[in-house]
Amino acid sequence: MSKPKVAFYWCASCGGCEETVVDLAEDILGVVEKVDIVLWPVAMDFKYKDIEAMADKSITATFLNGAIRSTEQEEMARLLRRKSVYLIAYGACAHTGGIPALANQFSREQILKFNYEDAPTLVKGEKTRPLTSFTEEGRTVSLPALHNVVRTLDQVVDVDYYVPGCPPTPKITRAAVNALLEGKLPPKGTVIGPDHALCEECERKDTKPDKWDFVEFKRPHQKLMDEKCFLAQGVVCMGPATRAGCEAQCTAGGMPCTGCFGGTSRVRDQGAKILSSICSNIAAKEEDEIDETLAGIPDPVGTFYRYGLAKSILRRKMNLPTNP
Amino acid sequence: MDKPTNQNIRIGFYVCHCGSNIAAMVDCPAVAKYVETLPHVVLSRDYKYMCSDPGQELIQKDIAEHKLTRVVVASCSPLLHEHTFRGAVEAGGLNPFFFHMVNIREHDSWVHTDKAEATTKAKELAHAAIMRVAMHKALEVKRVPVHPDALVIGGGIAGIHAAMTLANAGKKVFLVEREPSIGGHMAKFDKTFPTLDCAACILTPKMSEAGSHPNITLLSYSEVTKLDGYVGNYTVTVKRKPRYIIEDKCTGCQECVANCVYKEAKFPDEFNEGLGKRKPVYIPFPQATPQVVVIDPKTCLNFRNGELTGKCKKSCVTACGEKQAIDFNQKETFLELKVGTVIVTTGFKAFDAKRMPQYGYGKFPNVFTALEIERLVNSSGPTGGHVVLRDGKTEPKSIGIIHCVGSRDKKTNRWCSRVCCMYSLKLAHLLKEHTGAEIYNFYIDMRTPGKGYEEFYDKLLEEGVHFIRGRVGEVTDWAMSKEEMEKGKLVIRVEDTLAGYVRRIPFDMVVLATGLEPQEDAQSIRRMLNMSCGTEGFFLERHPKLAPVSTFTEGIFLAGCCQGPRDIPDSVAQAGAAAEALVLIDKGYIEQEPNTAYILDDECCGCKSCIPLCPYTAITFDAAKKKAVINEALCKGCGTCVAGCPSGSIVQNLFDDEEIFSEIEGVLAHE
Repeated sequence: MSKPKVAFYWCASCGGCEETVVDLAEDILGVVEKVDIVLWPVAMDFKYKDIEAMADKSITATFLNGAIRSTEQEEMARLLRRKSVYLIAYGACAHTGGIPALANQFSREQILKFNYEDAPTLVKGEKTRPLTSFTEEGRTVSLPALHNVVRTLDQVVDVDYYVPGCPPTPKITRAAVNALLEGKLPPKGTVIGPDHALCEECERKDTKPDKWDFVEFKRPHQKLMDEKCFLAQGVVCMGPATRAGCEAQCTAGGMPCTGCFGGTSRVRDQGAKILSSICSNIAAKEEDEIDETLAGIPDPVGTFYRYGLAKSILRRKMNLPTNP
Repeated sequence: MDKPTNQNIRIGFYVCHCGSNIAAMVDCPAVAKYVETLPHVVLSRDYKYMCSDPGQELIQKDIAEHKLTRVVVASCSPLLHEHTFRGAVEAGGLNPFFFHMVNIREHDSWVHTDKAEATTKAKELAHAAIMRVAMHKALEVKRVPVHPDALVIGGGIAGIHAAMTLANAGKKVFLVEREPSIGGHMAKFDKTFPTLDCAACILTPKMSEAGSHPNITLLSYSEVTKLDGYVGNYTVTVKRKPRYIIEDKCTGCQECVANCVYKEAKFPDEFNEGLGKRKPVYIPFPQATPQVVVIDPKTCLNFRNGELTGKCKKSCVTACGEKQAIDFNQKETFLELKVGTVIVTTGFKAFDAKRMPQYGYGKFPNVFTALEIERLVNSSGPTGGHVVLRDGKTEPKSIGIIHCVGSRDKKTNRWCSRVCCMYSLKLAHLLKEHTGAEIYNFYIDMRTPGKGYEEFYDKLLEEGVHFIRGRVGEVTDWAMSKEEMEKGKLVIRVEDTLAGYVRRIPFDMVVLATGLEPQEDAQSIRRMLNMSCGTEGFFLERHPKLAPVSTFTEGIFLAGCCQGPRDIPDSVAQAGAAAEALVLIDKGYIEQEPNTAYILDDECCGCKSCIPLCPYTAITFDAAKKKAVINEALCKGCGTCVAGCPSGSIVQNLFDDEEIFSEIEGVLAHE
């Protein structure tokens, strides 16, 4: 019997997810032994046409990381969907939009204008913008176009499983790969990982008081040394609203949870949930005092929706065009 | 979200005309026709009065004939008839919670003027209900037993009457009063309007009856500091302030008062609004209940800064003799009571006249508040009923009474205090009777609605009391040089709105008819008892007409001025109604709406986010399991924790995500 075929692909992502696959360390050898990797741009040389030539559903599983930002990414997502039995959204960007989805606060025009015209590091006055096609001396080169909004993988194609995290931990990656190899797959649509919130596995949990009563919000660098629950110290920690499974590595390492695993299966909007909970626990009762306390969170979207904006009910800035 | 495809869901829909209340603005047959096309709906009718017996029977018959498994009625507010229809559905053999009600009267027909749009709205709301009812689960009403004892907080006339009503019905009542004696404001009044009954004559027998009633435990000089537990089963903590007298041993002989080292009373007397003097050991007033003296450590020589000095020769103790009722070592104690119902009768606070400096109270000695006058005209008051100016000897020849001080005023309190017109008339009558002075009333509007009230006003008009319509601009001691008659007098400057010019009228005495306000600590009481209050701070009844003495917390009732300004007859009537507590006690249990929240035990991560959010303190942390726990009996189904749970691990019956989201989908589905 031939080995199952597996593909790895990246879309709008930073490359960290690829690192995690490598982070499997010697375990990667076991995986490589059992599967036949047919696409892995970061490490191996395969071409688009190789995949296109394959029969539909001939890839057992594709691990796709990154959000869908450009026409090329959408095309690859559709192609890989067609060729794969299982399409797995790997990592926070594919799962919930991730950092790239924070761009949904701005219009494409704003983004292009800033990056190619206004950014202080650019040569003044050049105003060179990328074109989708360019012809010189009879040769035409093309670049993919940017969509108006950043989407999660499942907002573009049907997704079978999700491996959460920014990036997913080796342990959770291993669990996903093993489930696949052993044929012990959970119901379609499952996010690989436990379905309770992070506090459950956080070693700071016991120091959390019954009453938070936020008087002032602090940023992590102002409170790094204390070993108490971050929320008890007035530092926003996404732990209560974030799926466990990472073994609380950030909080153990002295940083609050930033929410990369997304919410639990019961939550539709992770950011709204933690907002609701934190805001209800602000000590001040008068509106202007409340505003003063909240001013301690300088970037609410970046704090509460750092990884989840695309997947949230907010999804994008309201006046952005609706087409992708 | 998956659309419900369950074959077993068969919805019956009814839209009620409510006579013409709904039908005049909503095309009911069109709504019925529209709903008929929606998924799972097997029958859809419009009917004139769904709440009528035939209407309810229709539901029951249809459940049987059409094998309905869900029922939706679009009619009035669920507050009014949800109970009725749940009952009908239950009688038809279904779980009563397989029902949902759509409010197309208060939320639709009554508030819209365009029939086409109102009809569309009714369709949308009905669609939402059809979508949500398909998701409903069978729920069970839980019964919580009610502890038979009751607590009355505040021993004014309302509290006394409520306590007596319950006690006479054989219930055990704890009556808690923070002052040394019960009686409240009424005990300070001289006469009562409009009959001019002596307040003391009608109140004090009731006070002593309450004080000696075998079913009433009177806890005077005490305050409720904590209320724990849940509906029907409260644990109340009462702080007993040290009065330095052992209540059981004191006979009220007042030998100690007579023999106090202070031969002369020299400290301002609270009961007489500071107009009289008392000793450090005193009884607030002759008919005080309980008849027990109290020692004020602030003025007693045996104390300094609350500490015992032992410096006094304690002639009071000697005078008390064998009774040994005086105990200087008394400390604050806390008492725990178990009660099932609470009647809140904490009363009001008189408006502080100093907040309107233009009237000169506190600046001009001869500006008095109405309560001060009550004491001055009282024959057992500080002057024995002799009305004199602040100097203690001069009788006033002219008196101006200013109405609406701290009432009907955007700068202070916007509400009408309801009693001031009448008590001002009463004081005008009494002052006239006592002094023969010229008396002027300065009023905005004369408000005398009540049995015999208008007649009383007529009587005053005939008595030669003057009435000037206009809000007084200021009270001043500045005399216009030409007018000798203003010298040394208090001049009221007012626009006489009937005559149409500004007048200056000199008086010897000015009386401010101060309004009624919520007690200063009303907010802490409100929080303690989980009540609501209106913007003005008076406690909020469950429904102004249909449940005027109930609160939103089952088993907690209101009476008297803590709910809003009212006169004595109304307070007493309401206090009688507050004995609705009796119904609850006799029934023995409270039925709990099953719309409570519960924790998904396996999913809760123990983050404790929900614990401080619960306004009913229903959530605790189980330290062993490291999970939150909701006490179902305490939960009122407000949903705060459900929304606040960051991991979505709290679910509320009747409001789970599936139900709410399908409702939203439904309301947005209609084009």
